[in-house]
Amino acid sequence: MASHEKLKSNAPSGPIEDRWQKHQFDMKLVNPANKRKHTVIVVGTGLAGASAAASLAELGYHVKSFCISDSPRRAHSIAAQGGINAAKNYQNDGDSVYRLFYDTVKGGDFRSRESNVYRLAQISPAIIDHCVALGVPFAREYGGMLDNRSFGGAQVSRTFYARGQTGQQLLLGAYSAMMRQVDKKSVEMFPRREMLDLVTVDGKARGITVRNLITGEIESHAADAVLLCTGGYGNVYFLSTNAMNSNATAAWRCHKKGAFFANPCFTQIHPTCIPRSGSYQSKLTLMSESLRNDGRVWVPKNKGDRRPPNEIPESERDYYLERIYPSFGNLVPRDVASRQAKFRVDEQRGVGPTGEAVYLDFSDAIKRLGEDQVSEKYGNLFQMYEKITGENPYKVPMRIYPAVHYTMGGLWVDYNLQSTIPGLHVLGEANFSDHGANRLGASALMQGLADGYFIIPYTLGNYLGSNKIEKITEDHEAFKASREEAKKRLDQFFSIQGKKTVDDFHKELGAIMWHYVGMSRNAEGLKKAIEEIGKLRKEFWEDLKIPGEANYKNSEIEKAGRVADFLELGELMARDALERQESCGGHFREEYQTPENEALRKDEEFSHVAAWEFSGKDHDLKWSRFEEPLDFEYVKLTQRSYK
Amino acid sequence: MNLNLKIWRQKNSQDKGQFMEFHAKDISEDMSFLEMMDVVNEQLIKDGKEPVEFDHDCREGICGACSMVINGNPHGPDKATTTCQLHMRRFKDGDSIVIEPFRAKAFPVIRDLVVDRSAFDRIIEAGGFISASTGNAQDANCLPIAKDHADRAFSAATCIGCGACVAACKNASASLFVSAKIAHLGLLPQGQAERERRALRMVAAMDESGFGGCTNTGACSAACPKEIGQENIAMMNRDFMRSSAKNRD
Ligand SMILES: Cc1cc2nc3c(=O)[nH]c(=O)nc-3n(C[C@H](O)[C@H](O)[C@H](O)COP(=O)(O)OP(=O)(O)OC[C@H]3O[C@@H](n4cnc5c(N)ncnc54)[C@H](O)[C@@H]3O)c2cc1C
Ligand code: FES
Repeated sequence: MASHEKLKSNAPSGPIEDRWQKHQFDMKLVNPANKRKHTVIVVGTGLAGASAAASLAELGYHVKSFCISDSPRRAHSIAAQGGINAAKNYQNDGDSVYRLFYDTVKGGDFRSRESNVYRLAQISPAIIDHCVALGVPFAREYGGMLDNRSFGGAQVSRTFYARGQTGQQLLLGAYSAMMRQVDKKSVEMFPRREMLDLVTVDGKARGITVRNLITGEIESHAADAVLLCTGGYGNVYFLSTNAMNSNATAAWRCHKKGAFFANPCFTQIHPTCIPRSGSYQSKLTLMSESLRNDGRVWVPKNKGDRRPPNEIPESERDYYLERIYPSFGNLVPRDVASRQAKFRVDEQRGVGPTGEAVYLDFSDAIKRLGEDQVSEKYGNLFQMYEKITGENPYKVPMRIYPAVHYTMGGLWVDYNLQSTIPGLHVLGEANFSDHGANRLGASALMQGLADGYFIIPYTLGNYLGSNKIEKITEDHEAFKASREEAKKRLDQFFSIQGKKTVDDFHKELGAIMWHYVGMSRNAEGLKKAIEEIGKLRKEFWEDLKIPGEANYKNSEIEKAGRVADFLELGELMARDALERQESCGGHFREEYQTPENEALRKDEEFSHVAAWEFSGKDHDLKWSRFEEPLDFEYVKLTQRSYK
Repeated sequence: MNLNLKIWRQKNSQDKGQFMEFHAKDISEDMSFLEMMDVVNEQLIKDGKEPVEFDHDCREGICGACSMVINGNPHGPDKATTTCQLHMRRFKDGDSIVIEPFRAKAFPVIRDLVVDRSAFDRIIEAGGFISASTGNAQDANCLPIAKDHADRAFSAATCIGCGACVAACKNASASLFVSAKIAHLGLLPQGQAERERRALRMVAAMDESGFGGCTNTGACSAACPKEIGQENIAMMNRDFMRSSAKNRD
């Protein structure tokens, strides 16, 4: 097994419930007067970035915060719908920190670090407390207490929510806390900036190079540490539920500067999205998983049954999730629900005009609860569905199909959220940490806020307190070289003067990825993907067409940089999927399945994190694969069963 | 369907800007409005021209980035709908569509349909928060909040900060935006400690940014994609009056 000295998890030992507390005590502190002297760069203002910026500034650090959008409040986290998990056990239904820990490790199909996951579960109740203190208007019961709902992969109700817009309310909470610090001059806000490069000096992360998206200027920003909170890379598939500007560039630039990339092939395909309708489609819209609480998933029993849903009698419907998984029913984890939908479509029992959909039916819920209660819970989702499809889900079952939604892979980090580059910390979806091979619903928001509010304030202090960090400024050679490099790359895009647009390439890449590195994968297809992506990348650098110039707002040049990076990352995802010769969570290799078509893990060979080091140069792509072994002391390795 | 588009083009905030005509061909009724714009832009690029710049991100009506005035209406003709959620089935073959940026003194045009809405962030900075630092909180259920209060606070909090209210108002007032935040926080027990200071500071920041005054025409709520109501403005005015009166003594 290829291990690497840089891949030390730094997770504490001892009883799991004491680890974080012990670690907190063992870590170095920075005294209040010295905090002011440290500048920290936070890239990204989603849940992870905004909460980190606010908390660090509250502690006294000087924070510089960056985002692509015109306002930090518009980060992609705003779109999260369903909710956020926390082990409060307010419902008295048997939840506990240990159960959330257990569910998360199991849901992730045993490919995450126990210490990290336990800490996440431990911190979760404090997140809810803090968000309420900030004024987040969670749903409540008539008695004034907080309400909960259940979510896939769990048999308890531990999900806190704010109608169908939990991400919006949580983000506005974190944003308001950060803006309070802007007012206090502790946070300096730089919106409409895109990070193009990480600047390292003596092997440590010391700043970033950004493009001002309005003026086109290339700027340098120096700091004592850099926090990357730039979200996931689902848009490598072109069509996903991610916002249009979500991208991998910041993480990818760090990867090419030495940060290891972990488990790139672990992507989550969400089971309940609105199916695509045509080639012009620019993104896919998620219908929150919370809908599976009351909606029942079905397809016709008979192949090729094209009758409208209300003409198909009960006896000819197959509620396949309830049939195959009687104890979890419609609430099986996402990877299982997605794969089962794909199997139905492959059997030609799909529905709708394209045959690439299954029904999510609310008629029983409406009978049981009445239209008002259903609307109270899901009103805005139903409305959104109707706007997009022109169909009324109170009357006709929704049509849904899986779509790319979340990436469990990301930059490798240790227990302190530090990457393999000292001083570069990675938070939120951008890191690989807690979800293993499959993330449970409502756990991304929890993780982003745990990282930002409650973990980084401690672990960053430890880094700053235990390292000697020389003063440097933006005049340093390293910044100059990075600026030149960024400019050169921009010039290169303009100089190609080819015939195809960025979107042309992005769509082609997306098709390759969805086809070969999507819901199910096999060795032959993955090899084909690697070859095709290589060809497409070559064509990109020869035939790209970018209009206009670099010195003003020009979306095409922004997109070009992102797609250039996706064209490299896509290949690494395929390579990682090829090397991982097992199925686990969202990574389904057709060669490795049980007789019932469930994912078949190979624990002896693959109970590890695959961390990839970039060992090539520029366009010459080469990687070395290393392993961080995973030990399971508390949760027994078993074949997952939701039956 | 085929459409005639009149789109506002402007190089930067100094440029005077003008309408230019475009044809959108073979538009499907299932496309969203922004997907129609994508089709137009792809064609422009292929013809060697510069595409129309517009802000967008989530494309599901929640981030508040998209900001077009369509045939005179911010976010177009549909009630409670952002530009990105507007679908082409709302239009018919041969229609002419006029597309402009959100116009207001406090929202200078950056390029084409992209405007600078940073004034909204400055207003939030002035008081759109509850001062609770990380680590201070008590158990969340120690503070029961009656469901209807929580629901009303939630409704106000659904504002997406898009600025359609400003674009719709003949005075370019930001009252609906500001009042939504004042109401969200003011309706919650956690928000009481700073209630007066919040109203004073946020209203002052709004005035400094060059937004106009409110004359209660209600155009803002009518254009609001989240249907934020006028009652919030009444609450803002009450809070503001009360705290200014106190501050005078
Ligand atoms: C439709 C949808 C619904 C979801 N619902 C749920 C849910 O109900 N529950 C749940 O737990 N999870 C949910 N998720 C997942 C969850 O929303 C995300 O994983 C999470 O919000 C990511 O937060 P983040 O802070 O890591 O990154 P993001 O919110 O993606 O923020 C990234 C930030 O980085 C900035 N950025 C990116 N690149 C650069 C760059 N190069 N330079 C400068 N800035 C940059 C962006 O501008 C942005 O500010 C959902 C996801 C989607 C797509
Ligand atoms: S693009 Fe986000 S609201 Fe329209």
